[in-house]
Amino acid sequence: MPIDIDITKVARLARIGLTAEELAHYEEQLQVILEHAARVQALPTEGVAPTAHPLPMVNAFRPDEVEQTLDREEVLSQAPDREGPYFRVPPFLDE
Amino acid sequence: MSYEAVIGIETHVELQTASKMFCGCPTDFGAEPNTNVCPVCLGLPGALPVPNERAIEWTVALGIALGCEISQHSVFHRKNYFYADLPKNYQISQFDLPLCVGGHLEVDPGSGVRRVGITRVHLEEDTGKSTHLGGGGRIHDAEGALIDFNRSGIPLLEVVTEPDIRSPEEARAYAQELRAIVLALGISDARLEEGSLRFDANVSLRPEGADELGIKVEVKNMNSLRSLQRALAFEIERQTALLDKGEAIDQETRHWDEEAGRTEPGRSKEESSDYRYFPEPDLVPIQTNPEAVERIRGALPELPALRRARHIALGVEPAAAATMASAGLAAMFDDAVSAGADPRAAANWVTGEITAHLNRTGDDPSDLVMDGRGLAELVGMIGGGELSSTAAKEVLIGVLAGEGSPREVAAAKDLMQISDESAIVSEVDAVIETHPDEVARMKDGDERLAGFLVGQVMKATGGRADPRLVDRLIRERVGL
Amino acid sequence: MDPADLTIAEAGARLRSGDLTAVDLLASVRRRASMTEAILHAYLTIDAEGATASAVEADAALQRGDDRGPLHGIPVALKDNMVTRGVETTCSSRILSGYVPPYDATVVERLRAGGAVIVGKTNLDEFAMGSSTENSAYGTTRNPWNPDRVPGGSSGGSAAVVAVGSALGALGSDTGGSIRQPASLCGVVGMKPTYGLVSRYGLIAFASSLDQIGPITRTVDDAVTLFEAIAGHDPSDATSYRGDFPDPRADLGKGVEGLRVGIVSELSGDGIQPGVAAAFQATLDRLAGAGADIREVSLPSTEYALSAYYLIAPAECSANLARFDGVRYGPRIDGATVEAMMSATRRDGFGPEVTRRILLGTYALSAGYYDAFYGQAQKVRTMVSEDFKDAYAEVDVLVTPTSPTTAFAVGERADDPLAMYLSDICTIPSNLSGDPAISVPVGLDDAGLPVGFQVLAPALGEGVMFQVAAAVERLSGFESRPALATSLGAA
Ligand SMILES: [Mg+2]
Ligand SMILES: [Zn+2]
Repeated sequence: MPIDIDITKVARLARIGLTAEELAHYEEQLQVILEHAARVQALPTEGVAPTAHPLPMVNAFRPDEVEQTLDREEVLSQAPDREGPYFRVPPFLDE
Repeated sequence: MSYEAVIGIETHVELQTASKMFCGCPTDFGAEPNTNVCPVCLGLPGALPVPNERAIEWTVALGIALGCEISQHSVFHRKNYFYADLPKNYQISQFDLPLCVGGHLEVDPGSGVRRVGITRVHLEEDTGKSTHLGGGGRIHDAEGALIDFNRSGIPLLEVVTEPDIRSPEEARAYAQELRAIVLALGISDARLEEGSLRFDANVSLRPEGADELGIKVEVKNMNSLRSLQRALAFEIERQTALLDKGEAIDQETRHWDEEAGRTEPGRSKEESSDYRYFPEPDLVPIQTNPEAVERIRGALPELPALRRARHIALGVEPAAAATMASAGLAAMFDDAVSAGADPRAAANWVTGEITAHLNRTGDDPSDLVMDGRGLAELVGMIGGGELSSTAAKEVLIGVLAGEGSPREVAAAKDLMQISDESAIVSEVDAVIETHPDEVARMKDGDERLAGFLVGQVMKATGGRADPRLVDRLIRERVGL
Repeated sequence: MDPADLTIAEAGARLRSGDLTAVDLLASVRRRASMTEAILHAYLTIDAEGATASAVEADAALQRGDDRGPLHGIPVALKDNMVTRGVETTCSSRILSGYVPPYDATVVERLRAGGAVIVGKTNLDEFAMGSSTENSAYGTTRNPWNPDRVPGGSSGGSAAVVAVGSALGALGSDTGGSIRQPASLCGVVGMKPTYGLVSRYGLIAFASSLDQIGPITRTVDDAVTLFEAIAGHDPSDATSYRGDFPDPRADLGKGVEGLRVGIVSELSGDGIQPGVAAAFQATLDRLAGAGADIREVSLPSTEYALSAYYLIAPAECSANLARFDGVRYGPRIDGATVEAMMSATRRDGFGPEVTRRILLGTYALSAGYYDAFYGQAQKVRTMVSEDFKDAYAEVDVLVTPTSPTTAFAVGERADDPLAMYLSDICTIPSNLSGDPAISVPVGLDDAGLPVGFQVLAPALGEGVMFQVAAAVERLSGFESRPALATSLGAA
């Protein structure tokens, strides 16, 4: 059963700028893996609740208390681009 | 053709918890850029979120205030989208299992009470803040952007209404009422100009009488109640014009440009949003227990609608009651009344001079030096004839400047009214003596001259004599 | 004996008796590393300065009588997906090259508090995605038993350094078998704790609901020691288990008399290499000989576990890895817009396996496919857990080969993702259920490559799991070390 994959859209959603050739290559590999993965659909799961998490835990909270923050210079020292106390990025949209 | 507007509003409310939603960073506004940050709210590799319990309690509190059902089982989801000021490139939010569902809010735009359905109230985290460089700060022609992550991770409530709103006035009334509730609960400072309360609206038009919904446009970036109202009015007009010309409405997001007074198309539409929600695996579900919900319900403060009704019953004008409820001044009013102040007079001072003072200084009601007892003292002094209302305004300025109690300030500034008959009699006699013509005309029946003579006495006493007393004394002397 | 060949327990005894110092122990471990690394390439970073300072401090503390416990002065290695303050942490990815974290992972804090000496950071498959440590942006790690073979993965570096003695123990992370499979392929012990027992704070996430940090050591006893040092509630991890758990050491010496040991029929037949099958059977025979009650049980849903795993793990990873965008850390490839910059940075920064899984996960979560793929996989996950629960009603532990094969050749499965994924068939089910599991080396195949034996237990069943693992270890008497360690080590 071939699986319908809009690989261009998927790559765009994932923000990975692949070439047409790369896209075709990944699409092919995803096909193979997804056909295997699609076997999960063969299993009758009516009435089965999904498990999002292996722990049957609820209500893990923290009190509303202020804790130590990071040193700004230490944080900004890792930035690929900065300006003064800010992280700098290219413009958000082109025309 | 005549159209009906169908409006739904999404409100984001920044909570004023001490720490952020999923980490211990402080939430204070105006801190130095990128100082209120830690591995969690910067999205550093390896960091994990832990929910702030108070934020959850406050969400439940708002849910109860809005008559929502509080979910017993609630889950955080990841909402995936790339944006440079969203550090993890997903927002921890809620999807199909929000904390509160299905409430309503009654609002009165001045034309009668309307009931606005509340679809849901959920909890999420705020993003960082980007400043666009160049081109006057507009996104389209910026050379780049600077990012400050101090706001990243501040708890954000999202309140979504049903499409029950029919006019810009109703929208404004809804926003105002929601803001009043948030203030009454003390869960947010609700400052629109600082972005702690943000409104987005969905607007569509349909022919009057039709059931089907039209194509909806999302309007963003309205940062005052006034701009919410203006933006919706503009948008309704814009859509009406298009429909009248037989043109189609684009389903899109538009931004309100306050200066230009118009909405403009927003981000590129080419990417249809696909948020790929899935349960946040770094968190476990929330299970609210009914006793805890009841405890929160029991601890709720008086909500604005009830408070207004109670104040009106005390004799306060409805407009003044509304002002007090929304400005957070009601507590001062209530304290003054319980300290013996006349409700009407107290309300006039609170909504008049005191509100004017707050507007002037930009202070919060909580910053005021004077409390309800002080206000009661001031109102009592006026009622008791110890202070003229003009002098009282001066006294208030002194009290608010921290110079002492109303009585102390009045004494220090020598503003106490002279109500002692013996202290005024000589001045009254002097005026009668120096104005024989006026006295004669008054005797002949020209009552207006009483006012003139009172004025002369007031002038002679530097305005400190009790005008009612002076008036009585003059009439007695003249023999009327 | 070269101190680098000591177990943690032995080294601890000698440190306390005074005939070994932490500084000397670190020196021999580093000597071992310098002799083996040219072949293995198991370390990405050796923190010479930090480790020396810790060793000096460990000696001074012992002198003062300040004994921090069984890891005091012990050289350990960390998989390079656990963040270390001030020490480069790359996850074997180009997208984190040069990244120096400003904080320590909780496990790192706990190791430091326990007096451990952190030697360095070990190689892995990029972002822990892989079963061979070939998917590293910084070169392949080789198997110490045969450098033409892979060490397994993704914790291949950690398994290899323990096998040759360039650390006495190491931490790995296990999302689908990434501790147990390389331990098996390298002839060492590797354990995945019950989900939630070890904090994930500071572990660079691959798939949050599956990831778990655990020990890699030479002996089961050492694994217990390292596990105890890192386990326990952490308020910084909301998925961290809050209750008490039984003493994992309590039954270590008890043997298997009367214990019910289940063989999983679905994981013991087809596709298991003959050498692996033989070693597995020999171990079963020894267990039976020692009084274990060996039974066969069925886990019918495991057939679908691999498929479910290859939907759930990529889905979670597609979101977990979204933060690597060139804005706050790591290298950046410039672009005219922020979107172009992100897309270029991510294309350049991620290797093919990571790219493949991000795309796969993005697809599985996207509108219109969620229910058929991700949603269905979550239901399969429920069924796998139910199968385990049913099985544990009949047996105390389950056993399988850890990996269907011994170490395969470098490059052999590089172009066949599906074949590579099949190496994790025996390990994945316990990640889906969150239950603990351990791999113990039981012998060598005809090619002289180690075979691992896996013991699985129900959630919080570390006690019985270690009990059986210790028995397997004693009964198998596997004490071989790779020639690389002995020949070069003696030189
Ligand atoms: Mg929102
Ligand atoms: Zn923070």
